[in-house]
Amino acid sequence: MNITRRDALRTTGALGTLVSLGLITTEQAMAAESRPAFASKTLSGALEAIGGQPATSDQIEVIAPDIAENGAVVPVATVSKLPNTSDVWFLVEKNPQPMAAHFAFPNGTTAEVKTRVKMGKTSDVIVVAKADGKLYMAKKETKVTLGGCGG
Amino acid sequence: MGNPMRIRAKSANGETTVRVLMSHRMEGGQRKDANGKPIPAHHINTVTAKHNGKVVLSADWGPAVSQNPYLAFSFKGGAKGETVEINWVDNKGDSRTDTATIS
Amino acid sequence: MRKHLLTAMTALALSTLAYGQSDMEKGINKYREMLADGNPAELFEMNGEELWKTARGPKNATLEKCDLGKGPGVVKGAFVELPRFFADTGRVQDLESRLLTCMETLQGFNAAELAKVKYNKGEMANIRDIATYVAGQSKGMRFAVPQNHASEKTMYEVGKRLFFARGGTHDFACATCHGEDGKRIRLQGVPNLTKNPGDGIGFAAWPAYRVGNGQMWTMQKRLNDCYRQQRFPEPKYGSDATVALGVYMGVNAKGAESIAPAIKR
Repeated sequence: MNITRRDALRTTGALGTLVSLGLITTEQAMAAESRPAFASKTLSGALEAIGGQPATSDQIEVIAPDIAENGAVVPVATVSKLPNTSDVWFLVEKNPQPMAAHFAFPNGTTAEVKTRVKMGKTSDVIVVAKADGKLYMAKKETKVTLGGCGG
Repeated sequence: MGNPMRIRAKSANGETTVRVLMSHRMEGGQRKDANGKPIPAHHINTVTAKHNGKVVLSADWGPAVSQNPYLAFSFKGGAKGETVEINWVDNKGDSRTDTATIS
Repeated sequence: MRKHLLTAMTALALSTLAYGQSDMEKGINKYREMLADGNPAELFEMNGEELWKTARGPKNATLEKCDLGKGPGVVKGAFVELPRFFADTGRVQDLESRLLTCMETLQGFNAAELAKVKYNKGEMANIRDIATYVAGQSKGMRFAVPQNHASEKTMYEVGKRLFFARGGTHDFACATCHGEDGKRIRLQGVPNLTKNPGDGIGFAAWPAYRVGNGQMWTMQKRLNDCYRQQRFPEPKYGSDATVALGVYMGVNAKGAESIAPAIKR
């Protein structure tokens, strides 16, 4: 495999070494996660990366099914009744990397969003909301009957 | 250039609701192929939604968002005939932008 | 002796368990409801519609003159009246075998060659998307598979025989899983297809997008996989056997509302 000097230089550090050794492609190295919150393998790490441990709030609605027939596609949604909600994050506690998605709401956009996430196993679905610069959270457990990460 | 999205934007009571279906593999990077080699992660990293050039939603996604992602949100304003534009960029640098008319 | 043991074990595995079922079912129904808005099948439908209207193949023609049973180019309502007899081919055909016919006569493709392509690949992926589009044009309509022509009636009987025919290494038939009320495999309820299973169930629920593998499955693919799971040799794409089963299930589903393309786990 012909690794060009340019390819090797594009990826630095450990990944760069792997590329220059031909063990992974530049494409794979570039695809590796560089966003701290998304890279974190623990819930606490992901929360730290967002900005710290949020306070629990009953003003955040976590909409997720009690049971998901297939963990590959779990519909999740949130409605934040906290005034001036600027961001929400969805985390799946027991996923290999808990951080699933982040949404930012500019002024005029309702602090509500629906999407679908993968859940590897039964776990809490956690929503963190940032309102007036402060972090709050709420959670709901979803039981998963078939793992959604490829199993 | 990625595959076309399905966007539906509807305005009612001074608010526009947008529903999007994106076509993307959203490979998580946890799986291995038939030879035991890890299949590299290939997923959407960012999503930006605009109305009349103004950003109405932005998102950062990781590999845990499901394949062929679904997204629904709403913003104040928007009228029939105006357009909503959705763009995504994935971790390999591929991207896709589609627009829809608000009905 | 072995045959009886196997049958008994199968019956045990398929039997409904008493505890916790209604809560579980409620939960699963809620999950399915939440998935109903925004079915990725729409992405395949969009592509299928595009393909229907695009000039393709050696003859560089669109499929817009394809006769699906209600006249050339009539797509709406065609899905819920298939399979049916076609005078031009002298055969009872289902949606997918009819699409093969149209792709050959109108566009110049070689139907026999197309039928050999692996599902989800190449032209087979296109047929899948076109079938999804056509099915979607009958969404909400009720099944009315005809039983007027002698061939249609014969195919119903053939389908019924095939449905109950046991074979393969596990001595399974379609009826083993789909021959009685109240059966399920783990959490998956399996409908009784010997009668009308109700709106949006069984024949009325395919093509469907399967969230578990992110694939769009047509009825031909569904039948093929059923046979594979029964450890039978897999049927040829669009074969008479598969069409006959379609007639049997389609006629049994008379009046049931089609929800195709559906979303499934």
